[in-house]
Amino acid sequence: MNFQELMLKLLNFWGEKGCLIMEPYDIEKGAGTMNPHTFLRALGPEPWNVVYVEPSRRPADARYGENPNRVYQHHQLQVILKPSPENIQDLYLESLKAIGIDPIQHDIRFVEDNWEAPTLGAWGLGWEVWLDGMEITQFTYFQQVGGINCELESGEITYGLERIAMYLQDVDNVFDIKWNNNITYRDIFGKAEYEHSVYSFEMADIEVLNNLFNIYENEANKILEQGLVLPAYDYVLKCSHTFNVLDARGAISVSERTNFISRVRNLAKNIASIYLKQRAEMEYPLLKKAGERNE
Amino acid sequence: MNRRYFLEVGVEELPARFIDDSLTQLKNNFEKTLNENRIDFKEIITYQTPRRLAIDIMGLEPKGKSEEVEVKGPAKKIAFDSLNNPTKALEGFLKAQNAKIDDIYINTINNEEYIFIKKVNEGKLLEDVLRENIASNIKNITFPKSMRWGGKNIKFARPIRWIVSLLDNEIMDFDFEGILVSNTTRGHRFLGSQSIVIDDIDRYKELMRENYVIVDPKERKDIIRYNSQKLAREKGGNILKDDDLLNEVNNLVEYPTPIMGRIKEEYLNLPFDVIVTPMRDHLRFFPCVDDKNRLLPYFITIRNGDDKFIDTVIRGNEKVLGARLEDARFFYNEDIKLPLESYVEKLKKLTFQEKLGTMYDKTIRLQRLSGKISDYLEVGEETKKNVLRASYLSKADLVTKMVTEFTELQGKMGMEYAEKSGENKIVSQAIFEQYLPRFSQDILPSTTAGAIVSIADKLDSICGLFAIGIQPTGSQDPFGLRRGALGIINIIIDKKLNMSLKDLIDFSLYIYIEENNLACDFNKVRKEIVDFFMARIKNMLTDQKIRHDVVDAVISTGTDNIYDIVIRANKIMKWLEMDKSAETIASFDRLTVLSEKAISSNVVRNLLSKEEIELYDAYNRIEDKFYTLINKKEYDNALVLLSSLSDVINNYLDNVMVMVEDENIRNNRLALIKLIRDMSLNICDLSLIQI
Repeated sequence: MNFQELMLKLLNFWGEKGCLIMEPYDIEKGAGTMNPHTFLRALGPEPWNVVYVEPSRRPADARYGENPNRVYQHHQLQVILKPSPENIQDLYLESLKAIGIDPIQHDIRFVEDNWEAPTLGAWGLGWEVWLDGMEITQFTYFQQVGGINCELESGEITYGLERIAMYLQDVDNVFDIKWNNNITYRDIFGKAEYEHSVYSFEMADIEVLNNLFNIYENEANKILEQGLVLPAYDYVLKCSHTFNVLDARGAISVSERTNFISRVRNLAKNIASIYLKQRAEMEYPLLKKAGERNE
Repeated sequence: MNRRYFLEVGVEELPARFIDDSLTQLKNNFEKTLNENRIDFKEIITYQTPRRLAIDIMGLEPKGKSEEVEVKGPAKKIAFDSLNNPTKALEGFLKAQNAKIDDIYINTINNEEYIFIKKVNEGKLLEDVLRENIASNIKNITFPKSMRWGGKNIKFARPIRWIVSLLDNEIMDFDFEGILVSNTTRGHRFLGSQSIVIDDIDRYKELMRENYVIVDPKERKDIIRYNSQKLAREKGGNILKDDDLLNEVNNLVEYPTPIMGRIKEEYLNLPFDVIVTPMRDHLRFFPCVDDKNRLLPYFITIRNGDDKFIDTVIRGNEKVLGARLEDARFFYNEDIKLPLESYVEKLKKLTFQEKLGTMYDKTIRLQRLSGKISDYLEVGEETKKNVLRASYLSKADLVTKMVTEFTELQGKMGMEYAEKSGENKIVSQAIFEQYLPRFSQDILPSTTAGAIVSIADKLDSICGLFAIGIQPTGSQDPFGLRRGALGIINIIIDKKLNMSLKDLIDFSLYIYIEENNLACDFNKVRKEIVDFFMARIKNMLTDQKIRHDVVDAVISTGTDNIYDIVIRANKIMKWLEMDKSAETIASFDRLTVLSEKAISSNVVRNLLSKEEIELYDAYNRIEDKFYTLINKKEYDNALVLLSSLSDVINNYLDNVMVMVEDENIRNNRLALIKLIRDMSLNICDLSLIQI
């Protein structure tokens, strides 16, 4: 099964289970959780079911395209089920069957993993799902987002697409993954991996990035004063990515690190509480559609 | 007829580390319910897997025992009016208690007479007690971390999905937040049926086994241990013994099948711990070793399932291990591109504690402190050179790629990289040994250099954190200071180091003052640290069955030499077993009060009377020998020598009046008493020992 078939099968599977099929959000981010379709929608009492692929950038994981298991940018397939249905684990296992992984022929385990994203003021409990020892999915019941308790808990399922593709295609190197039947992962991303590694580790201008972080932070605060949650959140994402590049560049000391994280978290918290207030004022429009499962 | 209650709480996979404790809580909650309701039972059996907590209570009485209680009513003077008729107060009481006037009796409390009745509390029916309590007994289980799900009003470690509740094989229904309560359970996630009706509690174990769930944790553990060992033996090896890992893995599976995979030869030349750490800590594999504990190219992992399609599972696991070891090899090769020394600069970016500076600052302090200790112990130039070098390099591995990824390898990688960088054996060894002992019963540093660096590292943390007011409180000890202090004590005893604790603390605090400009109330902090150490010593000695009063008798002499305190306490215990020790303690006790009145211990011989001369001569006869024994720390023999004074002391005190009018004679007599008592204080204050 090539990479694009894998994506399509999972998107279709969850689409048929009632999830909206969405495109990735168009700003750099480290994980699918940061997409507003998750971060903001996880708040409040409104139901929400969605699936999307999220290209996720982790500058510190960049390896010049030379490491068989680590990359600057990988692809997460993210599912949000809010509220989490009673049979959520069964649905997940069914989705594995849909991509040709029959649990009976493997060893599938749910191993404790407590998820926490300090920059988002978010945490949840759940598992890493192991397929014959390999972590292929992060499974989390959100408890808090933006420092606010989740009124209606979401189940979040995050597939590590590269890991699964490597397993299904029986290759030891992520760059050998077939995207379709004749183009490989290396053909598409090899050059990008190298260039982003050089940039993140060697070239990124620390002063410029520090300035950008401040500019983005100010802009987010300014916009937020006008109650425009979504544009403000875009700048929070930019802050977060800028911080990640600085971190990979080795430009952040331990004490500064705590400071950066708390600055991003404060923005995220403000945005979360204003968003929630606005949804309340709108009388939670999606509550009226509850039971229709977004169809 | 005796009854039986069975409960199974079906959950999504619980964290392995929570399972044992949560099941104990569930059992305790039911015991409490039954005891409070006076319902007898024979026994409670428990079962557990990652997906279920079950209890089976047998021999239950159908009803609680009734009990007679006294109920206190109004005072007698309020209960009856002047004509001795019942008042409203009494009538109200009787009505409320559903009692008649004939039932009452009078009792006096604090000189006041009160109305009482005896009342029988009927025992409740078992059914009613259970129905009222099952839900709360489940809900009251607490976890280090718990969650909510699906908008339900309950917190648990992971979502509860089903409940089996049976009283004598009949469904015992109760309301549980919309979660289905029935007689139907689920088998193994992939191999068993997802709808199993338990028609007979007796058949629970068997039914579950048929559905690929071994509910008895002991049985699962035996299967894991026996079959893993069998696989290892086939390759001429053993599994590396690791009870913690075994317990964890046991709580990760419902139907264990050990399987064996291979480690690629190309990774086997990595250091032992570099291979074993990702195997154990990240993948929960059991490493295989030969008779000499050398790693074999095999691992064992426990599949949660049967032995079908086992090759796929093995191949997958081998691949995952390969990727991990590839990472480890990458880190290792990157790290050894530079000598260990070059990482020390980078410690300036790693915080030790906000107020106490970076790991680099700690390194500089460690060098000074361990140098001081080396001088104090007169270890010689060669050892001191090694100590200083090891201290300088001690924290360097914390910023290497390997330790950043696998923090549990701190010290071990330092040793490995030091050797690769051409440091000598003692220096490398000492870098590893700085962290010893890591837990109770762990090995101690084998080298003098390692012992000194280890003491310095722990002492620096203790003194620094006490100075900024971060002492351990109750169960809170985030920096492991108690373990650190106990580690220092154990090293000192093991290495027979004669050091004053106060000197050690002063060294460390002065270095903080000079290097970090640390301001603190010096005397207060020093006293707190001394007390902290003394409390550890007392605990430790008490654990070794040394009497509390003996420890106090030694410590009260003001000695702060840890090694000596331990020796003295042990020798005193030995001496207490001997003849005459009790009389000796008694006679020395008689000296205590008088000696405190003495101005000096200078005795003028020609002022002494007959009995006094006898005592003085007896003292002079043993004096030299006594101090020789003290210097050799033969405290038990020294005490035997003191015993020889016992009769003479008694004779003296029986026949000589000490507190006479004549000041010169009085002071001279007191001086003799002080002289003799002071001699005993070289060991302990005998008056504090109970006879």
